[in-house]
Amino acid sequence: MNLTAVKSIYIFEMQRFFRTITQSLVSPVLSTSLYFVVFGAAIGSRIEQVEGVSYGAFIVPGLIMLSVMTQATSNASFGIYFPKFIGTIYELLSAPVNFLEITAGYVGAAATKALIIGLIILATAFLFVDIQIAHPLAMLAFLVMTCFSFALLGFIIGIWAGNFEQLQLIPLLIITPLVFLGGSFYSITMLPPIWQTVTMFNPVVYLISGFRWAFFGTADVGIGISLFAILFFIAICLTAIWWIFRTGWRIRQ
Amino acid sequence: MSSVVSVRNLRKSYAGGFEALKSVNLEIEEGEILALLGPNGAGKTTLISTICGIAVPTEGTISVGGFDTVADFRAARNLIGLVPQEINLEPFETVMNTVRFSRGLFGKPRDDAYLEKVLGQLSLSDKKDAKIMMLSGGMKRRVLIAKALSHEPRVLFLDEPTAGVDVELRKDMWDVVAGLKASGVTIILTTHYIEEAEAIADRVGVISKGEILLVQDKAELMAQMGQKQLSIELSQPIDTVPEALASYALERGGDGQSLIYTYDTRGDRTGIRTLLNDLSNAGLTMVDLQTKQSSLEDIFVGMVKEDA
Repeated sequence: MNLTAVKSIYIFEMQRFFRTITQSLVSPVLSTSLYFVVFGAAIGSRIEQVEGVSYGAFIVPGLIMLSVMTQATSNASFGIYFPKFIGTIYELLSAPVNFLEITAGYVGAAATKALIIGLIILATAFLFVDIQIAHPLAMLAFLVMTCFSFALLGFIIGIWAGNFEQLQLIPLLIITPLVFLGGSFYSITMLPPIWQTVTMFNPVVYLISGFRWAFFGTADVGIGISLFAILFFIAICLTAIWWIFRTGWRIRQ
Repeated sequence: MSSVVSVRNLRKSYAGGFEALKSVNLEIEEGEILALLGPNGAGKTTLISTICGIAVPTEGTISVGGFDTVADFRAARNLIGLVPQEINLEPFETVMNTVRFSRGLFGKPRDDAYLEKVLGQLSLSDKKDAKIMMLSGGMKRRVLIAKALSHEPRVLFLDEPTAGVDVELRKDMWDVVAGLKASGVTIILTTHYIEEAEAIADRVGVISKGEILLVQDKAELMAQMGQKQLSIELSQPIDTVPEALASYALERGGDGQSLIYTYDTRGDRTGIRTLLNDLSNAGLTMVDLQTKQSSLEDIFVGMVKEDA
């Protein structure tokens, strides 16, 4: 195991993050604050409590998840797409590293960035709403797993993408709708029965539900199912990445 | 001399069915500079990419320092440094940072003193904290070399190091390469500038259409295949070469003002003396004599044409 290489990729990627700190940090925090103002304060004041929690507090886990999923995906996809785009990928391919090490470096860095952003948003949330975390450790574990799994997904997208449009396509067309419809801003029980069934096919529901459980102790689906869902998702992504590097798909000639 | 890179029966075909390399065999000796010469699309870059791990061999084996590049890829790649043809660099990074990254990728512990030494050799010391996008083209190319040397490789591949580089910089690059050779690094460079191979290589390999046509000591190659031409300037132009001189296969040059005699330097007799005798016997008067050695370029063009 070439741990030095993993560390090098990780540090190199994190440096990019800190170099573009405004873009990396300020914009997601700002946009989330806007959500709090609009949905939490303005609209939320007219909504009754959801599952015994004020609406402003209720949307906090969903908002964090929304940001974390988008950020993890876009950071990881950009991280591996950029070397492909500018040609520096040759160095990764000719270095004594295997797929696990490359993945660990890029995905680790992207997940860390998403985690930092998630935690900052959480801290910001405390400024806007009164919120208690029922299971802090579980909350952190869910957050970390979500960062990690969506970074894996982003990594796959980055390898697949042949141009910048494709790089944006999946996050825009698939992930954002799934997250919005995954209960970021509402409880599934608020939906008509038929849509409750449909929504169960949305994998993001399980992640948001599990995360919300860590905050409030209540959830749309059982915490065990949420945990299983996220581990299953990670397993699928890892298998896909393993296949990509084994076959050299879109990378090695 | 023992070979440090050994390529056996290497075949590489791409997904579209294009066969870039057809059963290539190549032994690269420790400490030498080997120039791979060939026209565009001959398979030079494919060969290098396959040795370095960027492309996967379709058939055949490659070993570097005795390690198989597929089965034992870590050990093999640790010995290799690659300078790509294109200037592929992260524009927003600093020189030192990107070189440090390269060293780390190869699993070597951080050693800024060594990296600064490498940058110094490449006259980049004062640019180590500069952003890459601020550098000139020649400097960027040297940054690529610094990256390739960052992990102290034994074998360095330079893919067209002087493509699109002006004459002065090209000479600088040759000095750099000579310095690297002196430090014990084996160097393989591809080029389609014959003068480059002629100037710095120990051995020359000619590659065309995915096949290595020959690999030979540069001096030997030139001596063996080098033909010399003797050009004899006459006092009066002639319309036809006299019958008596037919056996010399002379060519008329300069509107009959001169005769050109091609001979082989390897032969025991060049035939020059008898030719000159026969020339005066035939009643021709000469004013001047000139000889010309054919360059690697002539040899190369001749060979690739024959192959076509």
